[in-house]
Amino acid sequence: MEYILQPWPWYVSGPLIALVMFLLLYFGRTFGMSSNLRTLCSIGGAGKNVEFFKFDWKNQRWNLVVVLGAVVGGFIAHHFLSNPINIDLSEKTVNDLNTLGFENVGKSLLPPELFSWENVLTLRGISILIIGGFLVGFGTRYAGGCTSGHAITGLSSLQRPSLIAVIGFFAGGLIMIHLIYPILF
Amino acid sequence: MKYIKFFLVGLFFGIVLVKSEAVSWYRIFEMFKFQSFHMYGIIGTAITTGILLLQLSKGFKVKTTEGNNLRVPLKEKGLTRYIIGGTIFGLGWALCGACPGPMYILAGTGVFSILIVIAAALLGTYMYGVLKDKLPH
Repeated sequence: MEYILQPWPWYVSGPLIALVMFLLLYFGRTFGMSSNLRTLCSIGGAGKNVEFFKFDWKNQRWNLVVVLGAVVGGFIAHHFLSNPINIDLSEKTVNDLNTLGFENVGKSLLPPELFSWENVLTLRGISILIIGGFLVGFGTRYAGGCTSGHAITGLSSLQRPSLIAVIGFFAGGLIMIHLIYPILF
Repeated sequence: MKYIKFFLVGLFFGIVLVKSEAVSWYRIFEMFKFQSFHMYGIIGTAITTGILLLQLSKGFKVKTTEGNNLRVPLKEKGLTRYIIGGTIFGLGWALCGACPGPMYILAGTGVFSILIVIAAALLGTYMYGVLKDKLPH
């Protein structure tokens, strides 16, 4: 049980993620988390005005069930299968974050500096979450997939478009962390 | 009942991503700073295992539970949409530290401010749908 309660090492986690992808393919579907955002837009009635959302979302119900499972999985893992969070980050990361003004680094999954209500309800706090989420939603559909569809499924099946997309993911991430973060914090 | 297997796969996925700490903003920050091998190890072993499983299933002509050949959907050819869309995604991913899978999972762990990120992601997806024909692909 102690092995389960501790954080799982990368060499266990990575293959298990591949297993998730493989199981979905084995069930005749595919591993793509961001498609659910499009499905949810359709369910919300976006197909009335926008062609892109005119499709039979009922065929995508299985994927919404995967999401539901993932939400419950997150709940179970966090509340019943985890020791108190203490992420074993590199010393450099902790120092860098301290310099940016982050405290108690790694003592929770998400930094309170970005996700506590106190900070979310400031102009800067809410802007970060809204802009970040918007870019993820817009970018993933533009690129035709996210980490699950391109980085895991696309690269596992050796597809060139996915390699290009993943290079884009990293280019964007590096620009944000190295060039924009120092201005934001 | 036919949906239960999808629920269980999702459940497993949620548990793995929390236990691997891949849902943590801190781990994403650390990855983009190249200060730890952790995330690269996860992504690298996921892809290596994925390649292996797909090659084996091709070799053994594995059928899906629906009786068809196991196939990965092919992404359309192109360059522009992948590089621009990918970069936009990466900017957002690093800014709020969550890609679409972890967003839902984090909501499950009880961090409800992530719902704002999910709502904004829905809006972003909607805007892409509106602008799709005007964008270079």
